[in-house]
Amino acid sequence: FQDQAEQFFRSGHTNNWAVLVCTSRFWFNYRHVANTLSVYRSVKRLGIPDSHIVLMLADDMACNPRNPKPATVFSHKNMELNVYGDDVEVDYRSYEVTVENFLRVLTGRIPPSTPRSKRLLSDDRSNILIYMTGHGGNGFLKFQDSEEITNVELADAFEQMWQKRRYNELLFIIDTCQGASMYERFYSPNIMALASSQVGEDSLSHQPDLGIGVHLMDRYTFYVLEFLEEIHPASQTNMNDLFQVCPKSLCVSTPGHRTDLFQRDPQNVLITDFFGSVRKVEITTETLSLDRDVAGLESKFPEEELATEPLKYAEQLPVAQIIHQKPKQKDWHPPGGFILGLWALIIMVFFKTYGIKHMKHVF
Amino acid sequence: QVRLVVPMAVVFAPGSVPGDLRKPLPFRDVQEMEISVNLRTSVTSRYEMRYRSTTAQEEAALAAATAREADAALYPLQDTTLGSLTMYVVPDTSSLLPQGINVYVGKHRSALVRAGGSLAALQARLREVTQVMSFTASSIAAALSDRVPDGQLSPDARRNLKSSLGYEITFSLLNPDPKSHTVDWDIEGAVNRFVKPVLDKLSLVANFSVDSQILYYAVLGVTPRYDKESSSFFLSAHSLPHVINPVEARLGSSAASLYPVLNFLLYVPERSHSPLYIQDKDGAPVSTNAFHSPRWGGIMVYNVEAPASPQASLPLHVDVDMARVMEVFLAQLRLLFGLSREEVPPEFLLESPGNEGLADWELDHLLWAHTVENIATVSTTLTSLAQLLDKIGNIVIKDDVASEVYRAVASVQSAVTELSLGHLLAAFQASKEAVTSSERAFFDPSLLHLLYFPDDQKFAIYIPLFLPMAVPILLSLAKIVRETRLRKKEPTKMD
Repeated sequence: FQDQAEQFFRSGHTNNWAVLVCTSRFWFNYRHVANTLSVYRSVKRLGIPDSHIVLMLADDMACNPRNPKPATVFSHKNMELNVYGDDVEVDYRSYEVTVENFLRVLTGRIPPSTPRSKRLLSDDRSNILIYMTGHGGNGFLKFQDSEEITNVELADAFEQMWQKRRYNELLFIIDTCQGASMYERFYSPNIMALASSQVGEDSLSHQPDLGIGVHLMDRYTFYVLEFLEEIHPASQTNMNDLFQVCPKSLCVSTPGHRTDLFQRDPQNVLITDFFGSVRKVEITTETLSLDRDVAGLESKFPEEELATEPLKYAEQLPVAQIIHQKPKQKDWHPPGGFILGLWALIIMVFFKTYGIKHMKHVF
Repeated sequence: QVRLVVPMAVVFAPGSVPGDLRKPLPFRDVQEMEISVNLRTSVTSRYEMRYRSTTAQEEAALAAATAREADAALYPLQDTTLGSLTMYVVPDTSSLLPQGINVYVGKHRSALVRAGGSLAALQARLREVTQVMSFTASSIAAALSDRVPDGQLSPDARRNLKSSLGYEITFSLLNPDPKSHTVDWDIEGAVNRFVKPVLDKLSLVANFSVDSQILYYAVLGVTPRYDKESSSFFLSAHSLPHVINPVEARLGSSAASLYPVLNFLLYVPERSHSPLYIQDKDGAPVSTNAFHSPRWGGIMVYNVEAPASPQASLPLHVDVDMARVMEVFLAQLRLLFGLSREEVPPEFLLESPGNEGLADWELDHLLWAHTVENIATVSTTLTSLAQLLDKIGNIVIKDDVASEVYRAVASVQSAVTELSLGHLLAAFQASKEAVTSSERAFFDPSLLHLLYFPDDQKFAIYIPLFLPMAVPILLSLAKIVRETRLRKKEPTKMD
């Protein structure tokens, strides 16, 4: 009976994915890169392999010319923890971190030439962790100082993912100012969201490091990292403990969470359901009985390789297609004639109203 | 609505016709059953049965000594189209079936059924057999798992591999202790002898690609415990989920293909941890010494015999017995696809498929599930694509996206038609085409809704620019109109 009860509260996922996004560039936003890398480190430590993590960092802090400790990114002011590590695998770096690429990763509408490491190949039994950090406001998150993603677009992207069953359960964590506004508009099932601050509040950074010269981490992620350092792959800590991380006394802002779209009770959701990769296993009890004396079949592969003719270069590249490709559709602008007509109208009205004699003052 | 039609033939051997059979042979009968998945979706299964008596050749074949020989002799005489079934009813007293066995299911698409006295008992037995050999309500529900309301299906039911156009199979040999063991495995030979026949049989279902690798110094994530009584090491059942992760980071996968990967790992334990056994929940060692994870693959532990003399020189040369290994791996492959023989009633005897890996009716089982799953996926995809287009009115649909959608719709319609005619293979291929087209249409990179701005956003950008400019223009226009009207009235006034 206990076995059945255990089964009922377990999540039905078979694999885990993580999408970790840092959206700020420039040296003084060191803390956002450190935030993302600390979550990356915890997630890798708890078992999710690089092939299942999409890491997007908008700027390079470790090898930044202003970094006094090159090849490191620290999370604590006494340089206790180097979250950069030895085996970081950044999938989208620098200018590749754009709203368009982020939405493409989530919805799967990626050009066919994208390599496997840059794709989110999740299926209906995947639990996905999405962590975003950067500068944000009420209802938007700034990407790279030049564009922004709104909460409506994010909610629509999650809905597109749900329609195609690209996730089983999704945990969304955001560490920005007014972060709670980003999860207000979600409407797809099986999403749990955490934010570092409510609407109208700012998320503050943790201490600065005088040696490096910038703030190293944001408060919320700092305490989340402390919390995650205690978790090991077999721990039974549940989500309610994660909700308690960073109370107002430590964080100054009020962290928020949203669980109404989630079907299971957060009490029964293990941290490792999202941050780790604990697989369901079954003992193999059946075997197939094989006849050992069977002769090998002729291996068909070498013959196939010889049969194909070497392709000529011109045939491989559709040159005509490339030359005659139409340029990508840009943003809509009002047509030029409209502006000219508008100005002609303005000038005509001006001179009709005030008399034509003023023309000589213009020239 | 989807109707699954199974053409069946029920052949009565002499002396097996039940007494209460009303109509004289041969005659046709149809049995329909509705499998309801949720409030709105249901799948109808329809068994079109043709009852007849045996021909002289079939009688001669049924006179064989054992059921297996009879099955082999009957094979050339039966209908071999995919999805069809043939049941041979033998008298209760027949010695063809061993004692206590009422049904013998052969390697192909036929079964030998004991008559069982009355017509009702026979029909109940026939229904059981057809469910085992084609599809059951739960296998259809598992295929349509996203439509089943949560809570009705246990979380374990959705574990089979999803229907995909291809699968990548990777065999890996893990040698954590190369100083003590030099492991040789003839993987290419084993793949040719044992794996290829199975994959050839499954080639109807999907494309398979096979690769292999050897990893050195790859350790499992869990330290095995020592058991003094048997002087061996063991991995307990609850530590198994943590074994895979450290290894998985090093497994790698082909960068070019997007197909799901099935990993089969053969682990040769270190000399200091040999022999290593896997314990099940009750603490007993598992006979296969292997475990598998749904939708991922399987791991088998291969113990190396301790050398005869303690002074044997290291490293020891190990020649892996590939046949034993492949027996386990291929069994795991079957389980990953959902072909389990565990839920069969005890009075059934299932013929082992041998080197082919799976019986013909098991292949049909897969095809039924995958066809239904493909049709459901296509309809969900196209519906959500239509909803997306409704929401963003000014999205531009390129010609090739439109043609893929048309092709998907035509293919899925043809798949449903073929299913209702009982042509399983044609239905499956049509459903595969439908899935390819619909996925290509849905995931086309041009459908990113970020590129299309809703009208309210356009107004929000241009109103603040043009409204202040427009105020003096409009006021001046009003002034002009008033002036011209006054001028027109003046001549009359002057009078």
